Amino acid sequence: MSKFNISRRGLIKGTAALGAGIAAPTVFSSDVWAAGYTNEPKGSTVTFGFNVPQSGAYADEGADELRAYELAVEHLNGGGDGGMLNTFSSKALTGDGVNGKKVIFVTGDTQTKSDAARASAKRMIEKEGAVMITGGSSSGVAIAVQGLCQEAGVIFMAGLTHSNDTTGKDKRANGFRHFFNTEMTGAALGPVLKNAFGSDRTAYHLTADYTWGWSQEGSIKKYTEKAGWKTAAAVRTPLGAGDFSQYITPVLNSGADVLVLNHYGRDMVNSLTQAVQFGLRDKQVNGKDFAIVVPLYSRLMAQGAGENVKGIFGSTNWHWSLQDEGSKAFVKSFGQKYGFPPSQAAHTTYCQAILYADACQRAGTFMPSGVGAALEGFKFDGMGNGPTEYRAEDHQCFKDVLVVKGKENPSSKFDVLEVVEVTPRSQVEYPASLLGGELGPYNNGG
Amino acid sequence: MDAIFLQILNGLDKGGAYALIALGLTIIFGTLGVVNFAHGALFMLGAFCAVTIQSIMTLESVTIDPTKLTAWGTPSEIRVPYIESWFGEFGTTLIDYSVPVSILVAIPVMLLIGIIMERGLIRYFYKRPHADQILVTFGLAIVLQEIIKSIYGANPIPQPAPEIATGMIDFGITIGFEAGNVVYPAWRLIYFLFSLVVIAAVFLFLQFTTFGMVVRAGMADRETVGLLGIDIDKRFTIVFGMAAVVAGLAGVMYTPILSPDYHMGMDFLVLSFVVVVVGGMGSLGGAVAAGFLLGILQSFASMNEVKNILPGIDQIIIYLIAVVVLLVRPRGLMGRKGVMED
Repeated sequence: MSKFNISRRGLIKGTAALGAGIAAPTVFSSDVWAAGYTNEPKGSTVTFGFNVPQSGAYADEGADELRAYELAVEHLNGGGDGGMLNTFSSKALTGDGVNGKKVIFVTGDTQTKSDAARASAKRMIEKEGAVMITGGSSSGVAIAVQGLCQEAGVIFMAGLTHSNDTTGKDKRANGFRHFFNTEMTGAALGPVLKNAFGSDRTAYHLTADYTWGWSQEGSIKKYTEKAGWKTAAAVRTPLGAGDFSQYITPVLNSGADVLVLNHYGRDMVNSLTQAVQFGLRDKQVNGKDFAIVVPLYSRLMAQGAGENVKGIFGSTNWHWSLQDEGSKAFVKSFGQKYGFPPSQAAHTTYCQAILYADACQRAGTFMPSGVGAALEGFKFDGMGNGPTEYRAEDHQCFKDVLVVKGKENPSSKFDVLEVVEVTPRSQVEYPASLLGGELGPYNNGG
Repeated sequence: MDAIFLQILNGLDKGGAYALIALGLTIIFGTLGVVNFAHGALFMLGAFCAVTIQSIMTLESVTIDPTKLTAWGTPSEIRVPYIESWFGEFGTTLIDYSVPVSILVAIPVMLLIGIIMERGLIRYFYKRPHADQILVTFGLAIVLQEIIKSIYGANPIPQPAPEIATGMIDFGITIGFEAGNVVYPAWRLIYFLFSLVVIAAVFLFLQFTTFGMVVRAGMADRETVGLLGIDIDKRFTIVFGMAAVVAGLAGVMYTPILSPDYHMGMDFLVLSFVVVVVGGMGSLGGAVAAGFLLGILQSFASMNEVKNILPGIDQIIIYLIAVVVLLVRPRGLMGRKGVMED
């Protein structure tokens, strides 16, 4: 007679196995894994997934990213004037798609919320056959989607994400970032601030209370303190506080002579506007002119702050006024199609789409490990930032960083920032081990 | 000590906005019995009245200059506001005063929006449970903010105060401190004074006019007033419009402080509801007192000295006060007996 024995150990093992099965993302069991690698293109087309904020606070930035992606797809398929394909140092792409396949795309709305961004990326991978996901305007979103792409076995080409963590402690083999990070901002901005304001300065930080804000505050403190500055206080402000007056008034009599606003988006517009209203830009402390610093500028956001940005230092990944051949080609192409110059968000996303396509073409495959190998250590030029390298150790692009200042006499509503220094790559480079994290192995899905 | 004085001033201008929004909420709740979650959207619409007026005043004539090219190779444009070409210096001054001018426009516009909102939607929900009212008005708020976003985009749009009111006022010597130690932006003080004027006007209107007397009577006993042959519904519709005007004016005047965007109403809505609950549902005086009180407490909670002892207190202080008030005095600081107690 057979006997059905259930031991305690067996029950635990069985329950664990069942639990793991239920808890595993559905992407592991879906059709997308049936091929050699996730969403291996079989027909005459290959699908890119553009995951950008189409609603919410960063919708305007997302719209600019989408414009850039559409332009990139047009150029990849041989349309338009070719844009930066004409100036890009790699000549693998010839305007007839990628690996002989016409590029088509699907889009998702991140809403600048991690869960929504993951859901839209998942839909594009599982239902719409996207072989690569790219885009976004937030570090929280980028890290969340990067994790999903790693699990799903597709490449993630990050959009606008500035936190160190994206290619630091949260880096993944399937994720690549063209945009710079807070460490580079600190390294570029620190010496410029020292030259502009001297080394006997006391800074007061107002910091958005989330991953990017902490990362930015840490980097600026590190490099300004290295330059001899003291830090009077670093105050965390809630995300989306709106009125920052109660955080700004303590600055007035704190003895600090520099205010660092580690804010982005609406928070940056509001805190900067209000700091100027409180007279900080015109104030004198200890016989020195008070200074305000906005470490990460976005031209789209700076427009929102109006005249208040005048003379305020910050950094940016790229600016449309650059005069290198790549930038000029991109501005011409984008401006003629849309009637206004591209933002840094548009630039980085255009570059990411082209860089991914180029890597696929050179690798002769869309398989993540093959594409990743083609991107790792890839050195290129002609994309608007001078000689650039996708570092193999952390999948972070290393290139020159722009230190900018709010323009005193703008010639148009787009002309709000001026480049005051192009900080060379060598000055902003750091060892990959500095920011921690492990890339781990590629996941090809399939 | 100067820091404390500065935080009181902060609390007063912030409290002014809370009080104005909460006052409108309370008027609507007191008269119509409706919990209006679209009230923050009315604040936002008021702010966008200012944006619209500024856009109209800065409408530009465009001349193509073929001799100069843009960075993308198209001929550049020379843009001059029509109002400047027509009126010269006076036109420039008019643009500078676009926010105060917007007040004049916002009054009829917001009154109309309020009346349309009440007649077109809210009145169908008078006899429905509060949960239904909350859902429909919250839905309306989302629709309104999405409409604004589709027209004006998601980015904040700066609205400068008139040049004359952009400076700082130095209270230092007046109150016994060193000169320059207690300085405060002039526009924020103007906002505080403006909120006092609007609040006083609403109280005086309700207290000393026949219309106000009927409305107060209707708030106390709607049925009896109806039996006396007075069309109380019509008056309440106008009261809804008035509440919309108060919220709208609060929004217009707040634009130089906070660059308007489509979401600004939501940011104020929840706080204003807490203000109403703390002040006492249906109590006009309570709404105003709680608005200023919570504004000042929120400012004090943001001081470094306080945050060092209680980290994060600035983010929860208002809700903490609400919890304490509701535990100790469930009907709020000045709430009427029986309101929302069943």
